[in-house]
Amino acid sequence: MILDAKIPAGPLAEKWSKHKFNLKLVNPANKRKYNVIVVGTGLAGASAAASLAELGYNVTAFCFQDSPRRAHSIAAQGGINAAKNYRNDGDSVYRLFYDTIKGGDYRAREGNVYRLAEVSVNIIDQCVAQGVPFAREYGGLLDNRSFGGAQVSRTFYARGQTGQQLLLGAYSALNRQIHEGKVKMYTRTEMLDVVVVDGKAQGIVTRNLVTGAIETHAGHAVLLATGGYGNVFYLSTNAMGCNVTAAWRAHKRGAFFANPCYTQIHPTCIPVTGDHQSKLTLMSESLRNDGRVWAPKTVELAQKLRKGELKVTDLKEEDRDYFLERKYPSFGNLVPRDVASRNAKEVVDEGKGVGASGVAVYLDFAESIARLGEDTVRAKYGNLFDMYYQITDEDPYKVPMRIYPAVHYTMGGLWVDYNLMTTLPGLYCLGEANFSDHGANRLGASALMQGLADGYFVVPYTVGDYLATIGPKPIDTTHPAFAQTKKDVEDRIQQLIALKGTKTVDEYHRELGHIMWEYCGMARSAEGLNKAKGLIAQLKVDFWKNAIVLGENEEFNSSLEKAGRVADFIELGALMIEDALNRTESCGGHFRVESQTEEGEALRDDEHFAYVAAWEYTGEDKPEVLNKEPLVFENVKLTQRSYK
Amino acid sequence: MSDFKQTFNSSLGKKLIMALTGLFLCTFLIVHVGGNLLLFSNDNGYGFNVYANFLTHFPPIEVIAYLLYACILVHALYALILTIGNRKARPIPYASAPKSPTLWSSKNMGLLGSILFLFIVIHMGDFWYHYHNDETMGFKEYRTNLATGMTVATDYRPETADFEHSVTTQGDVEIVRVKDLHARVVSSFSNLWYVILYVIAMGALSFHLLHGFQSAFQTAGWSHKKYKPFVQFVGTWLFAVIIPLAFALMPIVYYFKSL
Amino acid sequence: MNLTLKVWRQKNASTKGAFVTYKADGISADMSFLEMLDVVNEGLIHKGEDPIHFDHDCREGICGMCSLYINGQPHGPKRAITTCQLHMRTFHDGQTITIEPWRAGPFPVIKDLAVDRSAFDRIQRAGGYISVNTGGVPDANEIAISKVLADEAFNSATCIGCGACVAACKNASAMLFVSAKISQFALLPQGQPERYNRAMAMVEQMDKEGFGSCTNTGACEAECPKEISLTNIGRMNRDYFTAKFLKEEEEHKS
Repeated sequence: MILDAKIPAGPLAEKWSKHKFNLKLVNPANKRKYNVIVVGTGLAGASAAASLAELGYNVTAFCFQDSPRRAHSIAAQGGINAAKNYRNDGDSVYRLFYDTIKGGDYRAREGNVYRLAEVSVNIIDQCVAQGVPFAREYGGLLDNRSFGGAQVSRTFYARGQTGQQLLLGAYSALNRQIHEGKVKMYTRTEMLDVVVVDGKAQGIVTRNLVTGAIETHAGHAVLLATGGYGNVFYLSTNAMGCNVTAAWRAHKRGAFFANPCYTQIHPTCIPVTGDHQSKLTLMSESLRNDGRVWAPKTVELAQKLRKGELKVTDLKEEDRDYFLERKYPSFGNLVPRDVASRNAKEVVDEGKGVGASGVAVYLDFAESIARLGEDTVRAKYGNLFDMYYQITDEDPYKVPMRIYPAVHYTMGGLWVDYNLMTTLPGLYCLGEANFSDHGANRLGASALMQGLADGYFVVPYTVGDYLATIGPKPIDTTHPAFAQTKKDVEDRIQQLIALKGTKTVDEYHRELGHIMWEYCGMARSAEGLNKAKGLIAQLKVDFWKNAIVLGENEEFNSSLEKAGRVADFIELGALMIEDALNRTESCGGHFRVESQTEEGEALRDDEHFAYVAAWEYTGEDKPEVLNKEPLVFENVKLTQRSYK
Repeated sequence: MSDFKQTFNSSLGKKLIMALTGLFLCTFLIVHVGGNLLLFSNDNGYGFNVYANFLTHFPPIEVIAYLLYACILVHALYALILTIGNRKARPIPYASAPKSPTLWSSKNMGLLGSILFLFIVIHMGDFWYHYHNDETMGFKEYRTNLATGMTVATDYRPETADFEHSVTTQGDVEIVRVKDLHARVVSSFSNLWYVILYVIAMGALSFHLLHGFQSAFQTAGWSHKKYKPFVQFVGTWLFAVIIPLAFALMPIVYYFKSL
Repeated sequence: MNLTLKVWRQKNASTKGAFVTYKADGISADMSFLEMLDVVNEGLIHKGEDPIHFDHDCREGICGMCSLYINGQPHGPKRAITTCQLHMRTFHDGQTITIEPWRAGPFPVIKDLAVDRSAFDRIQRAGGYISVNTGGVPDANEIAISKVLADEAFNSATCIGCGACVAACKNASAMLFVSAKISQFALLPQGQPERYNRAMAMVEQMDKEGFGSCTNTGACEAECPKEISLTNIGRMNRDYFTAKFLKEEEEHKS
């Protein structure tokens, strides 16, 4: 099946304006007759819920955390891009569009990405109006920095916690609507299924995490803003609660899952220390603006460093290999994330890794401290340095940081058209949960931009078009599909509760993570992926036989919660492997060892793979069907990325 | 009016009442300690007795005195109301002792305040009550030679029962007859237990004001980076050191004099 | 290292809780406090016992979900961090660690160490926002804000809403939290139109929730993982009294 993305025709710069005009409007008096369900209250979910409620729709919003403010958008550190060109350094909407398309290794849609760049400027205005305390210059205007490989300074930031500040902005807008009675908020509530009535998404089934109550909720449209699935790797920079369940359940009800193998491995994370580790901590990429990445030149020196026979500060300058600066003279330490990550892995695989485990490289600030002074460095990165110190007990002002890549973001997600609607009519998907704008690799400071663009400026228009089409006829939970879906959910919970085996759910999760990281991580091969396929199939069988799930449904049961999520992760893992096997090219975060240039750089295959792979669920244990959406490039010329 | 009621019933409003009454009591302490320094002048209680007489017979001061008593009561009453509310806010206490770094005084304002309240009752009973109601309290007559400035003090027995105070002049000599509160001071402070009570109370006062004075400014919202150090300096040195020390020295000095 | 844990266990809000003692053996100094609890829980699950329930999510000190009153201090003995950032190297072999939930009337225990902090959400809903709709706002650089002011607003805005201030306060007062939220907007020009109403509405809701009042002990400031300063409380008080005693206009009172 060839998928239609419904990208409007016409010149790139006019697509969105024209489309907005062509979208149907809902009569203001009718808006209050509609109910929209929003699942997830991160940047995309909270901004969408607030904006839709402001327009007059009734919104029911859900989050599994104890407060909408805690969604994992909160953890984004670095910043948010916007093509404001406040710095007069040649930025423009087109340049942001171009950088994003190129950064995504030409695996994203031109139309979507241009729209993203276009509304990026509105996001900053909106956030400032809400009172988001962005960093400012002494003149009182907004400060910008260059970030993650961009040649212009277009990143707005709020010290090291831009994500929290933007989320608090969206959360405050959401709070205002809750206060005014336009949004009904359910916290500590997890979505477990989508209710499909006559081929349209018309509701969801949820579980109250505290009481275990299974409830159904009806709505004219359902918006999923449920985040990424990086936790399929067990160790990632995602929050512990991040999961794929909502998206996966929707997938099983008819929403296609696009490009699941596209995962972003972030280069600057704190290395793993042991098996007990529950998550990885990212340090903002902005560190690469002033820090220099290096490893010892020889394996012998690396061994000495690992054993503690040599102190890192005693290593002579000529014994250090600043490998990013050496290999990419024009971008140096600021190469895109996938390139930086893969090079770190290469160095470690060669045996030149440092730290007790040998799985890390250095990020050194000695030169910047000498050049700028410790105080300037402290002002810029103080909180990150403190965080590093807390975790590792090492002072980064004195010894270089140790870093290693970690899973950070998933570019794949539910397939959506230009309107952000999935292949299941009435079901929308926003933010990291959808696949749309980042192609095969996301640029730094673009995730916050996309989440807010979707929530504030895209979905409020496009949902209206759908709602106007279906009309304001009341929708409630009396349709038999609600009872049936609820029963499906309850049956599955009973199946899980019945598991009284010998291995904990965390043990399965950890095992899944090892398989995914080993075979579907920074470098993937047909051989490894095929092996992983078998391992995951075994794991799934074993899970449903030997997992331990304690307690009962009618209580606050973390064991049951986790079990449901891990079961879905196992199935997703299998699909990721399938997708990675199918895509025999290398592109962005997806590096197939079979497809590389002579210099070992990723080699794309535009002739065969310039498409979005959207997977269709066909039934339990049946192979998923691949549907393709061809990517058409009318404005940019496809080139091999080079950061040399 | 209901708006004011609502304001003062809010948690912030109740604290404002604590702050304002507290600060008023602080200003009183300055006046009180100033006057009582006369106890240190070696004049057979002349200055002190005249001062005591002035305080009790000058109408505006009498009005302020009643305001003062009201403040003490309101301050104590609201402390009680707030404490009950605060207890309710944590119905189940922690099992482990809190280890958060805080000043001891700030956590024990209730205890310190209770000590002070008890002290005020005893103190007022001893001096204020006796001064106003004790028929047996003696009088002193001070004859000052205006030419030489020499003052001679003798006991005086008033001719009428309702005699309070007189100032007359006989040639070069000014005669001042006044109730002898000073004698009461001398006798009270010759009792060691009494002196100990006073010293403990002044210790409590010191700690109470060490926290209370600057805390009142914070509560009232008068906190400003530029003036905060000044408020803290005054709160610490004047109210927590100089004033309690001066007060505490009075019983100590008189006790040693009595030996 | 080997540790003894005294942990508050409580099945749900309506049952009574009690301390239960557990052994935590073979704990590595590199573990975070929550990872140590993970290890204990894995052991409990293998024995078929209900694992210790505690709130946590991001595990990098920003979501504000983790809590825990550890040996008499919210978020444990170190300054300016959350429990997920507390590492076991802070403790020594053989130590006994008492772990309690946040204790406050407005924070009822849901299960074991997890409490319901929705009171914080309700306080913010009462007025912790600037009433602007999506779209139709001026260009971001149209309002110049002095860097000092913007930085100070940011300092207040760093609050993660974890509730350590309430947990630390001997009166279970929420004033550090509420004042930080009020201050963030009070300091910025965008927040001025609703400044005084916001202060009144949020303080009113705070009182309704049943938090205690402030005695200025500074325990909240000392325990705040984001080092929110007491200055915020002074600012809130000032705004509240200004609103109540000096302002004539009553903006859109709901």
